[in-house]
Amino acid sequence: MGAQKKSATPRVSEDPEDLARNPLQAILLADSFATTFRPITLERPKVLLPLVNIPMIDYTLAWLESAGVEEVFVFCCAHSKQVIDYLESSQWSSKPNFIVTTIESHNSISAGDALRLIYERNVIHGDFVLISGDTVSNMLLTEALQEHRERKKKDANAIMTMVVKQSKPSPITQQSRLGTDELFMAINPVTKQLLCYEDKAEYSKGFISLDKTLIADNPSIILHNDKQDCYIDICSQEVLSLFTDNFDYQHLRRHFVKGLLVDDIMGYKIFTHEIHSSYAARIDNFRSYDTISKDIIQRWTYPFVPDILSGSTAIKVERQGTYRASDVTVSRSADIGSFTFIGQGTKIGNDTKISHSVVGEGCTIGSNVTIEGCYIWNNVTIEDGCQLRHAIVCDGVIMKSGAVLQPGVILSFKVVVGQQFVVPAYSKVSLLQQPTHLDSDEELEYADNTSGTGEPGYKLNGDITPDLSETAYELGAGGVGYIWSVFEGVQDEEWRQSVAPIPTDKLIKLMLEKDEDDEQLTQDGNVFSASGELKADSDDNGSGDDDNEDSGDDYVFFEKEVEATFLRAVNENVKVDHAVLEVNALRLSYNMASVDCAGAIFYSMMKLAVESPHNSASELHKNAADIITKWQKLLKSFLHDIDEEIEVVLKFEEMCLESAREFAALFPQILHLLYDKEILQEDAILKWADEKEGADAADKVFLKHSEKFIQWLKEAEEEDEDE
Amino acid sequence: MDFQVVVLAGGSSKNLTPLVSKELPKPLLPVANRPVLTYVLHQLEQSNLKDLIVVVEGEDAALVVGAWISGTFIDRLHVEIAAVPEDIGTAGAIREISHHLTTKDILVVSGDLVSDVPPGAVAATHRRHDAAVTATLCSIPVSGPLESGSSVGKDKAKKLGRYNIIGLDPGKQFLLHIATGAEIEKDARLPKRILRAVGQMEIRSDLMDAHMYAFKRSVLQEVLELKDAFQSLKEDVLPYLVRSQLKSEALSNRTPQGEENGNEKVTSLNNQVFVSRILANASIPSFHDRSSETPDGSAPTRKTHKCCAYIASSSSYCVRLNSIQAFMDINRDVTGEADHLLSGTDPNNNIGPSPKLGTKTTVGPHSMLGEGSEVGDKCQVKRSVIGRHCRIGSHVKVVNSVVMNHVTIGDGCIIQGSVVCSNVQLQDRVVLKDCQVGAGFVVTAGSEYKAESLARKEK
Repeated sequence: MGAQKKSATPRVSEDPEDLARNPLQAILLADSFATTFRPITLERPKVLLPLVNIPMIDYTLAWLESAGVEEVFVFCCAHSKQVIDYLESSQWSSKPNFIVTTIESHNSISAGDALRLIYERNVIHGDFVLISGDTVSNMLLTEALQEHRERKKKDANAIMTMVVKQSKPSPITQQSRLGTDELFMAINPVTKQLLCYEDKAEYSKGFISLDKTLIADNPSIILHNDKQDCYIDICSQEVLSLFTDNFDYQHLRRHFVKGLLVDDIMGYKIFTHEIHSSYAARIDNFRSYDTISKDIIQRWTYPFVPDILSGSTAIKVERQGTYRASDVTVSRSADIGSFTFIGQGTKIGNDTKISHSVVGEGCTIGSNVTIEGCYIWNNVTIEDGCQLRHAIVCDGVIMKSGAVLQPGVILSFKVVVGQQFVVPAYSKVSLLQQPTHLDSDEELEYADNTSGTGEPGYKLNGDITPDLSETAYELGAGGVGYIWSVFEGVQDEEWRQSVAPIPTDKLIKLMLEKDEDDEQLTQDGNVFSASGELKADSDDNGSGDDDNEDSGDDYVFFEKEVEATFLRAVNENVKVDHAVLEVNALRLSYNMASVDCAGAIFYSMMKLAVESPHNSASELHKNAADIITKWQKLLKSFLHDIDEEIEVVLKFEEMCLESAREFAALFPQILHLLYDKEILQEDAILKWADEKEGADAADKVFLKHSEKFIQWLKEAEEEDEDE
Repeated sequence: MDFQVVVLAGGSSKNLTPLVSKELPKPLLPVANRPVLTYVLHQLEQSNLKDLIVVVEGEDAALVVGAWISGTFIDRLHVEIAAVPEDIGTAGAIREISHHLTTKDILVVSGDLVSDVPPGAVAATHRRHDAAVTATLCSIPVSGPLESGSSVGKDKAKKLGRYNIIGLDPGKQFLLHIATGAEIEKDARLPKRILRAVGQMEIRSDLMDAHMYAFKRSVLQEVLELKDAFQSLKEDVLPYLVRSQLKSEALSNRTPQGEENGNEKVTSLNNQVFVSRILANASIPSFHDRSSETPDGSAPTRKTHKCCAYIASSSSYCVRLNSIQAFMDINRDVTGEADHLLSGTDPNNNIGPSPKLGTKTTVGPHSMLGEGSEVGDKCQVKRSVIGRHCRIGSHVKVVNSVVMNHVTIGDGCIIQGSVVCSNVQLQDRVVLKDCQVGAGFVVTAGSEYKAESLARKEK
């Protein structure tokens, strides 16, 4: 732990100059808390995976050093031993003005946990750069830092600056070239304040909502669909304490950023800094691994390119972007194409063709092999006649002669592919068996797994002895490894984030689907057709209704969720307080008012009453009474004022007319019941009666029904006054 | 230019009672002693748009307006007057006169627009993009009486009304989204589809629709024909066109083409472009490949129709006379900071018997006295417009007010922030504050009114 000792004696700021200025610090998360790189990451942490033959973390650290960061805290969780060992043995442990300290944790399951832990350590003293260990960049931080500090001086609430970059997602797949989902951001063009961040694009939802207060406060807002989040954040110290205050923040974007944007009580603000000419990207999935590798080979990330970064081993850059280490043995008849990297000590046989690929160190490649767009790591043996297209092949893999990898294949460490065996497209092959369950929350699952089973004994070289049952020989004669099955539902999406380019037929299919969608929209939304002619539509107000429907949809979903929550609460006997919490959470996530909650809860209660068995109206009444009595607290916690109570009455009325006509006869009784239980105040009922007074006869049915009751209420009121 | 101009002059306007009357329909309300319609017609003449249809609500009003136009613009503009029933909305009015429209493009201007935005520039923008519709957008005027400018600066910035929520492309040439009316008060909902096509959209809430549109005639007529529920150009037709501008980037030619034959070629060409783009995408796009992936400005809309925006420069003046407040504001501005609008509108105006001023009477800046008016001794006129042939007694104060023609004002009257219509008689020592006095009304001596609307009972 040499690195840690170093941090114990930081450059003590005794001279007055240093007192004024804190050294720039950075937090590097050496765990992505995601499972996208499985099965490889079961054996080696993601940050140590080679990117053009150099571990990813080296790119990140090298950039941090060049950007003027003086102290880096590397947070390791999964395979932390490997990361620490690597850092200790690497150049990073002995830099004079660049201190790398590791912070180890075994039970963090998210970036939120990591930051909470770092907060407890109390090591961050000022602004810091928050970055994950899989980021490649060559941007200059000075400008962004300057902006951040100036903003912070003027407005103490400006606590974070996010780096963004132009990158337009493909109109067909709706994902960026890095394979990430499209991102919608709203930014104030003058102040660069981030106003809205929507990354989990719901394909079904065709609209983006901007809160009206945002529009009122910002005369001009630019909505971006063409920006990419670089996941480089400049944060003020408050960010860490915010994570501690909000212990439910897990994900940096989904929880933290969105949480801040929604929360208007504290008024914290996030700003963006757009970079134009420099590079910044994060390796989030196999597609971005492919894209960024190519960018590195094409030197967009200069000076962080293999020939400069690797330093000691001499790598020559030849024309057409071919990188060749010094002692490579290549047959004369072999054809090394453009944009290819060949690592040290690798031997390549006759008539072998390699293009757009990375071949690591110490590999042996036979004759008549075709390699195209592949990432072959170290010490891989490929026998004669193999064909590899768009695959990742990890350390120590052996491909027997004539084996074929179809596009998108991932071969994890030490897999052996049998003779003539064809590995089907998008397969993931590992010596380790696939974990049997896929938790709905993949982040949690991954962390559990790695901190539990994945932890012991994994060395940098993947020195493991997994037990191989017979099924391990799925890979043809002499093959070793399991082909992981693809989970239901994910299957179709496999191509989205694979190393292989998106097949044309998929694109065409998507395009046609999109067409159909639009067709749908044409019918729903009265869209102009191509020629400029109009399609006649049945409903002239359709366009107006369309909008309402959509917002109505939101409410319907919300109502369903509330109903489900309520039913669960009933069935599992959840405490009222907990149910209130859950409904509140739903309310926030659907952006509903508490009026809507009251309506939805009441609806669920009444629905339950109708659905529970009953033979007569009186039994139904009893059902309803029981439920209302039991859950009145839940309902009441959303009835803060009279409007909400009126909403309940209206909702009830609506139900009686539509979904639960059985209640129609019981309307006055239930109303009375609600009054007795003090769920509804008499003011609310009277106000409702007043409102309805002016309505059509049809609308007044229930008012008439409950006339007596209202009369009684009014009299009671008068009596009260008399007294 | 092959442009027909439709001037929607309106007629009686409920917002403007008691200012308008049978004799004085809205288009003839005086702004700096000229009918408000003068300003639009003058701008059109300046832009060499001389083929006009002036649409007036109500037969009677049409006659009055027609008489005035033929008297003033007879040899300068080619004007047809069309009378339409009242309360059919702007879209309804166009529908009524639809058969008169013949040219390829139509410019629709609201007759109550007082603006220095050149209509020719709007028409040119429209033509340049071959758009289906081009809307003129202008900055929201600072409304309200003068005092708002002084102290409560910050409050006012917040109160600055929002009239539209407008989405523009990065080049500020295309109108991608527009919300009007009640929609503004809700959360804005922006279609992702168009955002995906364009990449970024600027949402502006500090612009408003200035009621000057250029339409492609065929599109306008089709919309009006098929959507017979559409009442308003601003609230129905324009949002509809904007919403539907981008149907699909990959639409094949399965629908028969409209009368624009050029479209067919463009569409098929676009399909080719599109297919090649897909193929280009199939291989990993290289870095900085924006140009191939991002359709150039016009591409996203080329398939269907384009909705363009002409954004008037922030220094230009653009206000509609659609409320009494606006009437006061415009009168104030046209005699004051926007006085360039006056130049050339009516060169004869200031000739004729010049107004007579009594001794020690001061006429402050931003004021105007019509020909033949007489002002007595020791009067003060500040930031006010006084019409023709008015007789004003002595010791009268007129501040921030508009006084129309043939008004008699007795001695010692104080008039502040008020509108006094033609032929009104104010007897001695009347005090008016923030009032409107309808035509021909007589205010008895010594009475005081505050924030009231005075008018004769209709016979």
